[in-house]
This record gives sequence, C-alpha cells and structure tokens, in this order.
Amino acid sequence: MSLASLAYVREAPEPEEAPPILSSGALAWARANLFSSIGSSFVTIGCVALIAYLLPQLAAWATTRAIWSASDGAVCRQHQDGACWAFVITKWDYLRFGSYPAAERWRVNVAEAIGAALIIWLLWINAPRRVWAAFLFFVVYPILALILLRGSSWFGLPIVDTQLWGGIFVSLLTAVVGIVFSLPLGVLLALGRRSPLPAIRLASVLFIEFVRGVPFITILFMANNLLPLFVPETWTPDRLLRPLAGIVIFSAAYMAEEVRGGLQSLGRGQYEAAMALGLSYARMTALVVLPQALSLVIPGIVNNFIGLFMDTTLISVVGATDFLEAMNNAIKDPIWAGPTIMVTGYVFAGIFYFVFCFGMARYSAHIERVLAKGRK
Amino acid sequence: MDPARAKRSSWLNDQRVRGLAYQILLLAVIATLASGAIYNAVVNMRARGVPMGFGFWNDVAGFDINLHLINYSNLSTYGRAFWVGFLNTLLIGIICIPLATLLGFVIGVARLSPNWLLSRFALVYTSVMRNTPLLLLLLFWYNAVLKSLPGPRQSISIGDVVFLNNRGLYLPMPVARDSAVWFLGTVVAAIVSAVGFHVWARWRQDRTGAQMPTVLVAAALIPGLSAIVTAVAGAPFGFDLARLSGFNLKGGLQIIPEMAALVFGLVTFTAAFIAEIVRAGVLAVPFGQNEAAGALGLHRGLSMRLVVIPQAMRLITPPLTSQYLNIVKNSSLAVFIGYPDLVQIFAGTVLNQTQAAVQVMAITMAVYLVISLTVATALNAFNARYALNGR
Repeated sequence: MSLASLAYVREAPEPEEAPPILSSGALAWARANLFSSIGSSFVTIGCVALIAYLLPQLAAWATTRAIWSASDGAVCRQHQDGACWAFVITKWDYLRFGSYPAAERWRVNVAEAIGAALIIWLLWINAPRRVWAAFLFFVVYPILALILLRGSSWFGLPIVDTQLWGGIFVSLLTAVVGIVFSLPLGVLLALGRRSPLPAIRLASVLFIEFVRGVPFITILFMANNLLPLFVPETWTPDRLLRPLAGIVIFSAAYMAEEVRGGLQSLGRGQYEAAMALGLSYARMTALVVLPQALSLVIPGIVNNFIGLFMDTTLISVVGATDFLEAMNNAIKDPIWAGPTIMVTGYVFAGIFYFVFCFGMARYSAHIERVLAKGRK
Repeated sequence: MDPARAKRSSWLNDQRVRGLAYQILLLAVIATLASGAIYNAVVNMRARGVPMGFGFWNDVAGFDINLHLINYSNLSTYGRAFWVGFLNTLLIGIICIPLATLLGFVIGVARLSPNWLLSRFALVYTSVMRNTPLLLLLLFWYNAVLKSLPGPRQSISIGDVVFLNNRGLYLPMPVARDSAVWFLGTVVAAIVSAVGFHVWARWRQDRTGAQMPTVLVAAALIPGLSAIVTAVAGAPFGFDLARLSGFNLKGGLQIIPEMAALVFGLVTFTAAFIAEIVRAGVLAVPFGQNEAAGALGLHRGLSMRLVVIPQAMRLITPPLTSQYLNIVKNSSLAVFIGYPDLVQIFAGTVLNQTQAAVQVMAITMAVYLVISLTVATALNAFNARYALNGR
C-alpha cells in the first residue's frame, strides 16, 4: 500500500489544547488559595467584605476628608471625620528638632546626613573598604557629631544645651549612640562569656543576665537616679547623657547574646587552624574569629537595632524629649488640642516608626538570604 | 617540660600566668569602680540627707492607689504599697499571658492557613505590631481611644450588661448564692472523675490497645452534672450589674481604663511575636512527619495533635517563655499611662517621696530578677524533660 492511497496522514502533531480552565491561571489560583473548601470560601468572603468596608473609609479619612492646611485647631475640631495633617505640617520643625535653636538646625542636618552616608556604606554588602566605614562610623563620627551638635568654641559653633534637644533627631541620636557604643561592648562581653578564664566569664555572665532580667525602664531609672549618686558631686552627669548611658548598658547585653550566637556557629576548625598558624589570642580574634562571626550576625544586629530604635521611646520617662514625647507635647498644645489631632498625631508617629523599622527588617531578611546562599 | 625549653621561654609568656594576671586586673578594676561608686554614693547621700537604710519600709506612705488587691489606704506603709504594686504587676501578667497565647496561636495558625487572604491578614497584623513601639500602642489606646470615650451618662453599653466609658469598662460581677458551694463541689467532682476516667482509659489502652471516648465522657460529665445541679438547686451565681446613679456608674466589676489599655496593648503586641514563634515552630517540623503520619492512617487532625504539635512544642516553648517574661517586663510601661504597677508605685512614687533611690531600685530590680530566674529555671527543667534524647 502506498502512502498516497491513505485517506488521512498526520504530518504534524496536533496543537496542544489549552489546559482546563480550572487547573491553571487566575481561576485555578483562586480555587486553590481562596476557595479550597467551604470554610475557606466563607473566610475569603468575610475578608473581602472587611476590606471593602474599611479601606475606603480609611483612605477617605487620610486623604479626601483630611484637613491639609489650617492655622490652628478650630477647623480640625469642626471636621472630626478626617485626619488633621495641617497639625503635623505646622509642628514638623518641632517634631524634627525639638527646641534646638532654629539658626543652628543646619548642624543637625549635616550630622544626620554624614551618619546616614556612613550607615549606607556600612550596610551595603559589596561596598569597597567597609573597614574604613566601620572605623569612621565607630570612632571618628561620634566625636565629629558631638562637636557639631553640642557646639564648641574652638570651631566657632555656639554651645546648644542638651535640654533643648528633641524630636526625631534625639530618637536617631539615641539609637545611633546605642549601637555605636553597645556593639563593641557587646563583642567584648560575648568574648568574655566564652573565655576560658573563670573570673572574666563570671563577670560577663552576671552582667548580661542581670541586664536581660530587668525591664529597660528600671535601667533608665537607675541611670537617672543612681548615676549621679555614684560619681563625685561635681560631675553631675548631663540630663541626656544619663538615658544614653542606660541605653548603652541595656543594648550591650542583648548585642552580646547576638554576637555569642555568631561565635558559637563558627566551626572549631577555625580556632584550631588559627592556633596552628601561631596566632595569639588577640590576633586570632581580630583576624579570624570576629570577621566571620560578625558578618554572620549582621541580620541579628539589625533586628536588635530595630528593637533599640523602638525602645528609645521609653527615654521620655526620665525627661528626655524623643520623637514620641515631642508628639505628645505637640498634641497637648491648647491651640491645636482635639480628638482628631490626637489620633492624627499617633497615626503619623506609627507610620514613621513602621516605615523605619519595617525597612530595616526587610534589609535584615535580605542579608539573611544572601548569607544563606553563601553557606549552602 | 624540657628544662632547656623552660629556660628559653620567660614566665611572662606562660598562658596560666597571663590568664591569672588578666583576671586579677579585671577584679581590681571592678573593685576600684565599685568602691569608688559606693564611697561617692555614701558621701552624696549624706550630703543630700537621703536615708541610708530600709527604715522607710515601715513609714506611712500617705498616697492613694486606685487599684489594690489587698487592703490599702493612704495610712498604709511603703512596704504595703510595695506589695500592692507587686500584686498589680503579677495581675497584669496573669491576665495577659493566657490572652496573648490564645490570640498568638490563632494568628499563627491563620498565618499558616491555606487561604491566601487570611494568611495575608495575619502577615499584615504581625508586621504592623512588630514594627510599632509598644509605648505608642499604649498611648494610642489610652489617650486617643479610652480617654476620649463619652462620660458615664453617655456610656456605650451592650444590652445594658457591659458598659464602656471614660472611667473604664464595667462588667457584670458574679455574686455567689447559697447553692454556689454545691455547684462548685459538683464541678470539682466532675473534673476529678473525668481525669480519673482518662487515666484509667490510658492504662487500659496501653494494655489492650482499645480506645475509650475520653473527650466525649469529659464533655458529657462536666457540663451535664453542672446543669443538673443548677436545675435542682437553682442558679449558683447572680450577677451584679453596673447601674447609673447620679453622675457615675455604681456596682459591677469596674476595670479602670489604665488597666484596660495596658492589657489590650500588651496582648495585641505580644500576640504578634507569639504568632511568629508558632509559625516558625510548626514550619520547622519536617513535612515527612506529616506524610508518615498519613501513611500510618492518621487523619489530618490526629496527625496534627499526635505528631506535628508535640514536635513543634519543643521548638515553641523556649521562645514562648521568653515572650511571657517580656510581658512581665513590658508591663512596667504602665508608668506612662498611670496603671499602678510595681515600677509606677515603688520606683516612681515611693522613690520620689523617700529619695531612697539605691534601696528602692535594688528591691525593684531584685523582684524582676527573681521572676526571670524562676521562669528560666523552670524552662531548663522543661527542656531537660522534653529535649530529644539519644540520636
């Protein structure tokens, strides 16, 4: 039989049929993830109803019904169904700098810009010469910032008393001081806790467990009430220095535990190899152990920093004016005071902290993934 | 050691000598700092006329506390005020820990739900809570919500049973009637017999393999017997409702707004952290365990209860315990909204009145340390009992 006599010959494969509509694409996804069972379907409908009910109201509250410009609180007190952003806009300078003299505020901006640049350099994993960044941030920057912010007659910068410092600037300052001083202290404590020398180990353990066992507020109270008693009468530590000392002590203990985790995850072989090369303890720690351990715990340190930043809100208990306290003060201003202003103020503060902390948390998760890739 | 070698290396390079020297140096530094601090403290306290001992403990406090679980008036002593504050701190812990655990587990399970929308809701909740300072939440609930509620005459009420206004939350107060003794006795007896049945059923299952419906029996026994006693002897409890009299609500169980805000803030905040712990714990159990349980013929509920949850609990318990400690420690934020806890009463008011800063702070910190150490010891005992053995 010849080929031509056949009635039908398949010369090419049939085009593929589209998959059943319910097994791929958006519908299939919805079926698997939203309507997989009767209960799941009810939950989905409930959630959608909730979003449909709440989201437009929230959006209208924050945008169309909100008051964007006003000279005092009268308009906001009349329109109670919208946010009063005019309040935040008017009070912005106070929320930002506290009572720092207006003519000198550029100094705060400069100090913050330098700090931000150094932090980006430090946190950018592939940046060149990160050791320099660390040196600049942990050694040079604190001195520079102190001169800029406090003022110094040598450089012709008028002294600004710390009682005038406040707002976002103090929140950032507290967090940065906390990390700059507590990280080195935490590294020392972590090394001390793993030291073979019993007295050093005991001292480290006692310090760490004591600080972690009590609330931050009691450390702040201690720094505020006991520090002036423990130093000679003539010293009288600055009112802002006391909570800063408290936050360094508190944060160092938590940093130490974080760093200890990194030290523990290092293989024994690293220590043994360093010793076989004849390195002393100091060189082994500085050249072999810490570079590996610290880069392992970057995510943990960043998470700790987030906690530290949220904890800075507590320093107002000893009279410092951080951002939240500045917001509290602004809310109480009789020209503005009103229920909408209070809600607007707290919502704005919430957004500020959320954006800051959530951004850091995303960064920390990203680093964790990068590190995990390297170790697989 | 080879004598020639011993001669060559100086004792300065001996590790033991160096170690000893470092330790002595550290101790000397600590001793110098401590003695300097003590000397300065004594000089400064003398100069300011601050009391040196604990004599203030028995002095009359002279201030009122708006929430006290034990008898207290402004004629009571500072010591009494300490106990009031201590009990109020414990009260917050006892209320918040079960509530936060419950909410945390619910959100953690929602986060693991196959329903995408529900798991997104849980994700948004945990992200917002974990990235907002607790103090901001407390101030928001206290100042912006509870303090802005209408006064007692315009209370928000749910069926005239529960009232909410700017003086607090009013719940019905259970009042025991004569039959309450019988009722409680029956409930206790029902629980004891249900537990006894469970133990017997276990014993029997171990020997014969036959299962008994223990949950059903317990579910029948406890409410059943309670209902019978209630029917025979009458309702065991009456409820004292809050009523408006004059400008205020009288009666009922009043929860002051400070406490409501603190409980609400702490529970919603901590629940987010607990949810993440639960999620991580359940996800850490290898999926093969689920499949193995299925291969053994266990259905989904049983495999969760008998295989996955017990293994997840081993991972969940340690961080969960540290969250419980965080609740106790974070309850010290009470000081910002005026809930009378240990820190607010003792490290706040008592410290300011007596000026005995060193003693007051030492006592306050000791209390938290004792709580932390007790819980840590209990946790270690738990870990020793349930840690993976062998392998």
